[in-house]
Amino acid sequence: MDLLCTHSNLGANHNPTMNILVCISHVPDTTAKINFTADGTALDPAGVQFVINPYDEFGLTKALHVKEAQGGTITVINVGPATTEPTLRKALAIGADKAVRIDATPMDAITVAKELKNHISANSYDLIICGQESIDYNGQQVPAMLAALLEQPFANACVGLSLDNGTATATSEIDGGHATYKASLPMVIGGKKGLVEEKDLRIPNMRGIMSARTKPLEVVPATEGEGPTKPVSFEKPAGKAAVKMVDAENVDELVRLLHEEAKAI
Amino acid sequence: MSILVFVEDWNGAYKKASFEAVAYAKSWATMNGNRVIAVTNTSAPAGELAGYGADHIIQIGLGSTAMGIAGQLKELSAEVSGIVIAGTSLGRSLAPALSALTGGALSTNTISLPLSVSPLQVKRGAFSSKGIETIELNNDMPIVSFVPNSIGLEPVAGEGNLERREVSSNDALEVLSTEVASGKVALPEAEAVVSAGRGLKGPENWGMIEELADVLGAATACSKPVSDIGWRPHSEHVGQTGIQVNPNLYIAIGISGAIQHLAGVSASKTIVVVNTDPEAPFFKAADYGIVGDAFEVVPKLVNALRAFKAAS
Repeated sequence: MDLLCTHSNLGANHNPTMNILVCISHVPDTTAKINFTADGTALDPAGVQFVINPYDEFGLTKALHVKEAQGGTITVINVGPATTEPTLRKALAIGADKAVRIDATPMDAITVAKELKNHISANSYDLIICGQESIDYNGQQVPAMLAALLEQPFANACVGLSLDNGTATATSEIDGGHATYKASLPMVIGGKKGLVEEKDLRIPNMRGIMSARTKPLEVVPATEGEGPTKPVSFEKPAGKAAVKMVDAENVDELVRLLHEEAKAI
Repeated sequence: MSILVFVEDWNGAYKKASFEAVAYAKSWATMNGNRVIAVTNTSAPAGELAGYGADHIIQIGLGSTAMGIAGQLKELSAEVSGIVIAGTSLGRSLAPALSALTGGALSTNTISLPLSVSPLQVKRGAFSSKGIETIELNNDMPIVSFVPNSIGLEPVAGEGNLERREVSSNDALEVLSTEVASGKVALPEAEAVVSAGRGLKGPENWGMIEELADVLGAATACSKPVSDIGWRPHSEHVGQTGIQVNPNLYIAIGISGAIQHLAGVSASKTIVVVNTDPEAPFFKAADYGIVGDAFEVVPKLVNALRAFKAAS
């Protein structure tokens, strides 16, 4: 049973090997030009390069650090169509041990969270790391939904995580400061920069890329139906009017514009 | 039926976003003839909420974590046809947790009042402010979490009934400590933000940035390179992987305007850019620009603003 294999060296030291799940979103690259289909109901993927969601990269590297410190297995998971597999392969190349793709084209976060919950309930994980948000729909929904569905502790905007003998200490950003939490594993993390430093982020090397080709990528059928929300349309934000340049010698004019025109002061 | 609104306090005082949440709930409730029930902490002053439209105020001993509060709000949501939560750091965990617990359809990052109420449609930011989505929430208890400062405040005349209830809170997460900088304007809630980048040349030059922020009652912020090299703390980094802000006024000094930075600030209502390089990409996203040396422009701007404040 899972308890035996994940905690097999519990007696040997204080840090049992960890079975870690890292949730990976497949998103348009930050610098991509965003266009919508002619009917305005979806993203037009033409010419868009897709990448691992930047927030998830911090979680994946953190998982590698944990594995290197105390042993374990890292599974990466995505809920999406076959087009997301290159992103999962990249996560394998970075160092994850295996990948799972739940074969669905979800329209909302609750559907993603329920699919993830079904997988997690059937496989026991000690730690579940998500990025706090994905840079496509910017919902910040899946991690908290997942924790609520699993009835597991949750730390969002997590910028620091240490583990000791099945207990996690997590530091999270809160408005204007930080909070520090303690919880027994398993728990769900909504991670961001700080979980590891940006300079420590791993990128695939040639050996990783070669070995990723043979690592397992399991495709699991979807179990959930449609969720209660649906996108009606997408539009681009109204373009800004051309910038008004003010002479550097005339900052009084800027103050006047900010007061009279922008009503910002 | 009622619209329930969660009203967050910090040490007994309300955030501006909390009043905005009550005003949001009032606007929504007015569209479909509902009442507004505000749920707040026992330690917070309930009376202020009626002035933004709370018809009924329930004070409970709020739990200390998002999951704990989500369980409490679920208990109170039996007769409710919609829920409003401000997208503060707490609200951004609370709203999705509550959605999962109750099955209520959720829109986060919402930037509009309801476009229609049956079914509920709202606009929300997507693709790091490069897109706006109109979303439909198709069930009987939609939950809206909005971006603070995106809706505005609408005071109304009204009197709210006050009720105290006991609702227990459970969460396996233990809060060991919280640290919030006092005496400074918190970045996510600031109405004005003064932000600086590598153009400042070194951390010793931030005095004038703080002075400018002080005159404006603004929070200070910085670009990613500046926090990465340790000139300023990570908590000041605004941009895609840092904090996202949408103040009324954002002043960027010596920041070129990389797309990752713009993703975190482009929702600001008025953007001023000061940069020595007339080709800096940030000027394209700005409302007002000055090509000039920060070391000359900022002190002049501080003086001009002081004179303006003294005269007004």
